[in-house]
Amino acid sequence: MKFGVVIFPGSNCEQDCYYAIRTVVGQPVEYIWHQDTSVKGFDAVVLPGGFAYGDYLRTGALAKFSPVMRAIADFAKKGGLVIGICNGFQILAEAGLLPGALLRNVGLKYLCKFEYLRTETTHTDFTNLMTKGQLLRIPIGHGDGNFFADSETLERIEDHDQAVFRYADAHGRVTPEANPNGSLNNIAGIVNEQRNVLGMMPHPDRAYESILGSADGKLIFESMVNALVTK
Amino acid sequence: MTVTDEVLTQHNLTESEYQKILAILKRAPTITELGIFSVMWSEHCSYKSSRVHLRRLPTKGPAVLQGPGENAGIIDIGDGLAVAFKIESHNHPSFIEPFQGAATGVGGILRDIFTMGARPIAAMNSLRFGPLDKQQNKRILEGVVGGIAFYGNCFGVPTVGGEIYLADCYSQNPLVNAFALGIFEKDKIFYGRASGLGNPVIYVGAKTGRDGIHGATMASAGFGEDAGAKRPNVQIGDPFMEKLLLEACLETMHKGLIVGIQDMGAAGLTCSSCEMGARAGTGVELDLDYVPQRESGMTAYEIMLSESQERMLLVAEKAKEKEVFEVFHKWGLDAVTVGRVTSDGLLRVRHHGQVVAEIPNGALADEAPLYQRPLLPPKATLSSRLDDHSFLDGCPPALIETFLSESNDWNKLLKLTVASPNLCSRRWAWQQYDHMVQSNTVVGPGSDAAVIRVKGTKKALALTLDGPAYRVARNPREGAKMAVAEACRNIVCSGGRPVAATNCLNFGNPEHPEVMWQFSEVVDGMAEACSFFGTPITGGNVSFYNETFGGDIYPTPVLGLVGLIEDISFVTRSSFKKAGDSIVLIEPVTRRVGKVDLEDERAVQNLVASAIRDRLVESAHDLSEGGLAIAVAECCYSNVERAAIGAEITIPSHLEVRKDLFGEFSSRVLMTTRKVAELRQRAEQMGLTFHNLGKVGGNRLILNYESVKLVDISTDELESAWSGGLPKLLS
Repeated sequence: MKFGVVIFPGSNCEQDCYYAIRTVVGQPVEYIWHQDTSVKGFDAVVLPGGFAYGDYLRTGALAKFSPVMRAIADFAKKGGLVIGICNGFQILAEAGLLPGALLRNVGLKYLCKFEYLRTETTHTDFTNLMTKGQLLRIPIGHGDGNFFADSETLERIEDHDQAVFRYADAHGRVTPEANPNGSLNNIAGIVNEQRNVLGMMPHPDRAYESILGSADGKLIFESMVNALVTK
Repeated sequence: MTVTDEVLTQHNLTESEYQKILAILKRAPTITELGIFSVMWSEHCSYKSSRVHLRRLPTKGPAVLQGPGENAGIIDIGDGLAVAFKIESHNHPSFIEPFQGAATGVGGILRDIFTMGARPIAAMNSLRFGPLDKQQNKRILEGVVGGIAFYGNCFGVPTVGGEIYLADCYSQNPLVNAFALGIFEKDKIFYGRASGLGNPVIYVGAKTGRDGIHGATMASAGFGEDAGAKRPNVQIGDPFMEKLLLEACLETMHKGLIVGIQDMGAAGLTCSSCEMGARAGTGVELDLDYVPQRESGMTAYEIMLSESQERMLLVAEKAKEKEVFEVFHKWGLDAVTVGRVTSDGLLRVRHHGQVVAEIPNGALADEAPLYQRPLLPPKATLSSRLDDHSFLDGCPPALIETFLSESNDWNKLLKLTVASPNLCSRRWAWQQYDHMVQSNTVVGPGSDAAVIRVKGTKKALALTLDGPAYRVARNPREGAKMAVAEACRNIVCSGGRPVAATNCLNFGNPEHPEVMWQFSEVVDGMAEACSFFGTPITGGNVSFYNETFGGDIYPTPVLGLVGLIEDISFVTRSSFKKAGDSIVLIEPVTRRVGKVDLEDERAVQNLVASAIRDRLVESAHDLSEGGLAIAVAECCYSNVERAAIGAEITIPSHLEVRKDLFGEFSSRVLMTTRKVAELRQRAEQMGLTFHNLGKVGGNRLILNYESVKLVDISTDELESAWSGGLPKLLS
């Protein structure tokens, strides 16, 4: 199963994704340059965290125009697996591959800390190895992770079971106190309606070995491998 | 040009320095040349007041691959790998414009690291501010923290640790010291040398603007009422640009395209070109018409002195110029040949077809005046009132009085103490720093030392910053020794072995003999302790003129220490691990405050190190500000991964209850163990005092003293007082 990790000039988590997939999950992986016009030969594509083009204007606002994003949109339309982590999620939302938008955190500050995520659905190619309600301990690191959608869109997301992860407390309760950034319905990650594109603000690429404080993030990459093997 | 006294004053040059310039040039300088001399001979760039003292520091050791004099020091960590690291100050700019001042401080130190070919993998910072009851100090702290986060987070380096202290003397003069460390293969080190006659000198990165002109000169004078007017001297940072520079520079290095490289930091194009020439013994010829410029009509003087950020100067092999351009263009960066390497040893600058400067490189880089400034012990020193409880320095007077009064409500006092300005949690600050990117962070901020693993090996690095300014102000020599001792103790408690250090020496006005005396004493104390512990100083930075309205800051040396953890399984945390573990205290037989006995310190560290290696230790925490009571409290709640855990201990009594609880005695370590007898035997064999204090467990912190229960408080309550301390001070 060949993974591709996209490098925008200001990506800074591409090596973490690469290392996690190759060394810990044990799958072949290659980098994809943002100027590339094709993602042919890849079974799954990762949009890593960082500040794609500096993000001085708005997160992901410039990245959506990069040549590789056209190829990725095509790839997704044909059912290819795409995961956007942090800045990758922001880019997917800007590019219209996922609904909603990521606004400035309610506290207006960048936040780096571990969070508990409740797995809301296992019917995705990213969560098929988990149980519904399973708690994952995965860190966030962002200033713009406040998930927002208009009420109609939000309703659609909930009705179609597209909210994959919600911020929760250590007991799995989804409460306002457990919400670090003001995201609507405590949403930490969503899939598209076809369920092959996931965007999440927390970083599974920082929680793949117990020495880092948690290995829960590995489950997401392994679910992707599982989905690809069984397809 | 007529060089009047006024012109010299504007350039911070003395009459005798001007005479030296005339002697070197054998003619009057042009205005561009005068500007070049003024920045290269500024205190900031030339170390003219400090160099005679710095020579006394130990700089060599078996692991040292590169000592002072390059962009960063380098040590060998085995497995064919090396790390480059350094600490640098950005104090003056951070006072004038806190956000950009701190941001560009981070940017500068990161460039120093990747200039040598190393990829930055960790950053830390040591910060000093005035008390937060003043609005201005709050604004400075928030700006500085915001600036560090802005730059480091976007660049993608984890900010894994640091320290913040508050004291009155920093009100008009905050300190921002930024540390960075990078890793590379030890046979792939790059130097700032302009070698190879005829080789092209290539300018890469951001365009040159008028920002930061005379930044180095500004950092070489104190502040008066015109501080605000110096805002245009502060540079603006662009971390995205720096990230591109990092990737492009490393790519040209890995492809073997360049022979020398140096960043344009303080004194910009001037410093990078003449230093690279001086190191290689060559000349450098620049044509400023080719320098990418952001503004029109810039003079040669402005171009040479600009401190615009995110710029580098490379020397490439003649045949590989084109390939260098290709790499930089791939990353969307400017890369232009602006000159070439010559054999005449001169820095020759042309502008609009005219030679505007022609100065021997060696004269600029190595022949700056050296000053043996007068030394004089100060008549009045800081009062000894807070010696037992140095954390109180910088606290509101009411808090100090409450603490020192005969209050017997120890629950209340402990709660008050954990929330006090110098002891409360710094989480508010470090949560804004991305401390996990690159997925190496094993122990992040808020511990004795940060620990990052080294991918591809079983090793890890332990990093810490220490700058006990109150102790140094009370006794510069002893304080400096304490800084080294505590830094080493922090590394040892985390499971590592101290290897080498970098220092940032923040002082007042060197023209004050008292300041130079402090400086000299600190260097001697640091030299003695670093030699004793075998931790050479591989580089660093001196920041003088930290004074505003004539008031000097505390002498504030900050030591950045790098330790090696041979096996990641040795990593030990400060927080209590499990209910039932025994809590023990190790200390020398003699209790000392404000000074350290190095032999005693070594015995304590040797015990901790051997006990960790032999798996006798569950957790280890160094005792420092606030003494035993604070250390125990911190062990209860410092693990961010879980809820606080309780403990019950009996405090060893010397019948001085406040000192026994909160006294800051040197060379003490708190550990937890499941092998009490074995640990006791070892400690006693080494001539140390061993106390079995009690056990971890429950959800309350209980402190007994002479059969009286002094403290009995819920750890949750204590933790929220501690973690809410800083936000409350800032609100």
